[in-house]
Amino acid sequence: MRNIIFLSLLFSFHLVVGQVPTGDMIIRKGTVLTITKGTLTETDILVQKGKISAIGKELKAPAGTKEIDATGLFVMPGIIDAHSHIGIDAVNEATNPITPEVKVGDAIDPFDMAIYRALAGGVTTSHAMHGSANVIGGQCQTIKHRYGLMDPSAFIFKDAPRTLKFALGENPIRVHGEGRGVQPRTRMGVERVIRNAFAEGQVYRDKMKAYELEKVKNPNAVPPVYNERYQTMADILDGKIIIQCHSYRADEILMLMNVLRDFGVKKITFQHANEGFKVAPELAAFGAMASVFSDWWAYKFEVYYSTAYNATILTRNGVVTSINSDSGEMIRHLYYEAAKTQRYGGLSDDEALSLITINPARQLGIDDKVGSIEIGKDADIAIFSGHPLSVYAVPQMTIVDGIVRFDKENDPSDMRIYIDPEEATPAYYGREEVDECMRGTDLMFNNRH
Amino acid sequence: MKKYNPILILLVFVQSIIVLHAQQVEKSTFGVFALTNATIETVTKGRLENATVVIRNGKIEAVGPNVTIPADAQVIDCKGLTVYPGMVDSGTHLGLQEIESISVTQDYDEMGELTPEMQALTAINPNSVLIPVTRVSGVTSVIASPSGGLFPGTAALINLEGYTPEQMYAGFKAIVMNFPSTGRRGRYDRRTDEDVKKDSDKAIKKLNETWDRVKAYAAIDSSTNGKADYNPQLAALVPVYRGKATAMIEVNKESDILSALKWIKDNKIKAILTGVDEGWRVADSIAIAGIPVITGPVISQPTRESDRYDTGYKNAGIMHKAGVKVAIRTDDAENVRNLPFNAGFAAAYGMSKEDAMKAVTIVPAEIFGVADKIGSIEVGKDANIFVSTGDPFEPATQIKHLFINGWNVPLESRQSLLYDEFLNRSPGVTKESVPGKS
Repeated sequence: MRNIIFLSLLFSFHLVVGQVPTGDMIIRKGTVLTITKGTLTETDILVQKGKISAIGKELKAPAGTKEIDATGLFVMPGIIDAHSHIGIDAVNEATNPITPEVKVGDAIDPFDMAIYRALAGGVTTSHAMHGSANVIGGQCQTIKHRYGLMDPSAFIFKDAPRTLKFALGENPIRVHGEGRGVQPRTRMGVERVIRNAFAEGQVYRDKMKAYELEKVKNPNAVPPVYNERYQTMADILDGKIIIQCHSYRADEILMLMNVLRDFGVKKITFQHANEGFKVAPELAAFGAMASVFSDWWAYKFEVYYSTAYNATILTRNGVVTSINSDSGEMIRHLYYEAAKTQRYGGLSDDEALSLITINPARQLGIDDKVGSIEIGKDADIAIFSGHPLSVYAVPQMTIVDGIVRFDKENDPSDMRIYIDPEEATPAYYGREEVDECMRGTDLMFNNRH
Repeated sequence: MKKYNPILILLVFVQSIIVLHAQQVEKSTFGVFALTNATIETVTKGRLENATVVIRNGKIEAVGPNVTIPADAQVIDCKGLTVYPGMVDSGTHLGLQEIESISVTQDYDEMGELTPEMQALTAINPNSVLIPVTRVSGVTSVIASPSGGLFPGTAALINLEGYTPEQMYAGFKAIVMNFPSTGRRGRYDRRTDEDVKKDSDKAIKKLNETWDRVKAYAAIDSSTNGKADYNPQLAALVPVYRGKATAMIEVNKESDILSALKWIKDNKIKAILTGVDEGWRVADSIAIAGIPVITGPVISQPTRESDRYDTGYKNAGIMHKAGVKVAIRTDDAENVRNLPFNAGFAAAYGMSKEDAMKAVTIVPAEIFGVADKIGSIEVGKDANIFVSTGDPFEPATQIKHLFINGWNVPLESRQSLLYDEFLNRSPGVTKESVPGKS
């Protein structure tokens, strides 16, 4: 444990000069599931400075390169969770239906044990999201699971596009309409809140543009009062932000697509989208993507008419689909969640694994860096004892930027970095399930998702 | 031009009407069935190849490689398929909950701490949408259990087929008890150490006081020849006190498990421990006490931050290895269908596949005293059977046939019907529905 702290401090020092630690290694003779370029047997992967530099049989590595023997093992790209709330200390700024100015990236928690446990399930990147209390919530943060480092900024996925949480349906209605007595109290209200926010963003953007033009002619021109909320709405209008919208019912999914059409916004991934299957042709036509649960349903009324075949129907209709966790528990076994699409609809191995690798990478705009095993991509790699779509597969090792962050054989049982010195015996948590999506609203409510 | 036989055309026409009609409402059918050319995982008597199972009058009439197929049997060729006994989930809210966030659809948690007379069977909704969703995975029986409070009620074992709770009842009931949970409850428990201790003491005291009242009531009941004053709460607990009924005791934390074992011994209770999340820490003590365990969900987080990441997965296997009789549950309602995958995780993390299969078939049957009826493929047992393309713990495996109490149950649920309707939606995208093109 002391070593980890020491190493972290060492790495943090590097971060001062703006770099995250990277490693070199060669992974020998594994069955490599590249996802985008087929399955390669007894194949080596050479990693240099945290990137995949060569893939092939019996590769030569520079002398002294760390060797990992993957004989008999399955090697796949690090799993990506397009919807989670791990590694952050705050989820909901539930004080207003519109809060695009807040950023969960300001509240990264490097000590969150959930990050290590996600690594122990092969997950190397997750999308730490604002919660679903607000119609337009905060800005989310794509993070890399560099567990062991103690500098919050070391977890930020460099150059990942900005993403912002929207939420439709029961959650914002209950928090604001029922809980706080402000609009929205219905799905009609939800639409108006969004249209109003975009309209305000347009006005703000027009004022800013007018000022920029004026400034050229008049050096004494007075800029409009800066407003982060409307600036963020303007950034969405300008295509600088990917909307990630918590949604369940088909009608509200259609509603948002219609709103976005009117404002010329194109980049959107619908999160959860339990009824996405009902409007799969429309999603495909719009170019919207969907990030769904494998089989969660019936936890509230708006997910009563769900089906575990959702991911299959969306995929077959041409919608880029991923499977997410939204849970510190489920993020530990997304490979098994993806495997359920083989029971429910019979997706192929590559299709099923795409749901937790290249497809979430596309949805987060990071598919040029991660999500498949290809030369030039980040060396984010998960090694399994068997095929990851088998229930019997056990994650063996997880690598981020060429550095081993989880090692089944060699990690100690207790992987806490921060231990309360006054704690005599570690606290018993039981199987407690926290409603992550609604975390921070528990004073008003107590409900999941 | 060819001439068609008009009678043949008429026959085809009539038949297509019958088929169309059958598609509208697919019902379970009862009769004599012969599952032939199958691999049979009997669970108790090994694996049989190229064998036959005959089902008649709801029972398994014959099993083996040299079975004569009865003339009146409907033959189902199972070449390349495997026959398994239906799986049993030993702890669920199935039938007692429709939608988790809507309290008026939840019938498992009656008001009050002491309500052992509440009958889960009374509140089972045989028409719950959740039931077909569950059984198409090969789960044919579940414990439907009340929860909340000290003695929340009486759980019942049910088969997942039937139109009334009585038709579903599978012959076992148990009084549910939540053993007092001591200590801090998770990271959001903000009580002071003093309050934690006070609350723990109070809970244990309350249990002992309640039990003293049960003892007194039982004594009066004996001395008055069953004419003690009407008290349904205490009356419901008397059979447990007398060792005639089983208590399912929910307990999870290490120290609480040890307290529960002592309490069971002191009071000579016929008990089953349920939950038992930290059983791996005290597996030997549980084994020595000889108390069976129902644990799960296997797919769960460790109970402490300091624990190894996979303790939840390993718990069942560690207890089994120590000699504890272990059955597996999901503790779920809408996703009881994941029972086989929970067993699969137990197998991936230390249990053998055979033992994991037993933990969802014959072991719960033995724990509930119904091993003469369910839990394996043996002559004379109830025909709770599913047929699959292979190992049901593997997600890719498909379930092909399902029998519950001898009824051939259609592999249909609202979720599969939605798939059928929406895979190739008709009409698909139309001029009116294209977003972004108005």
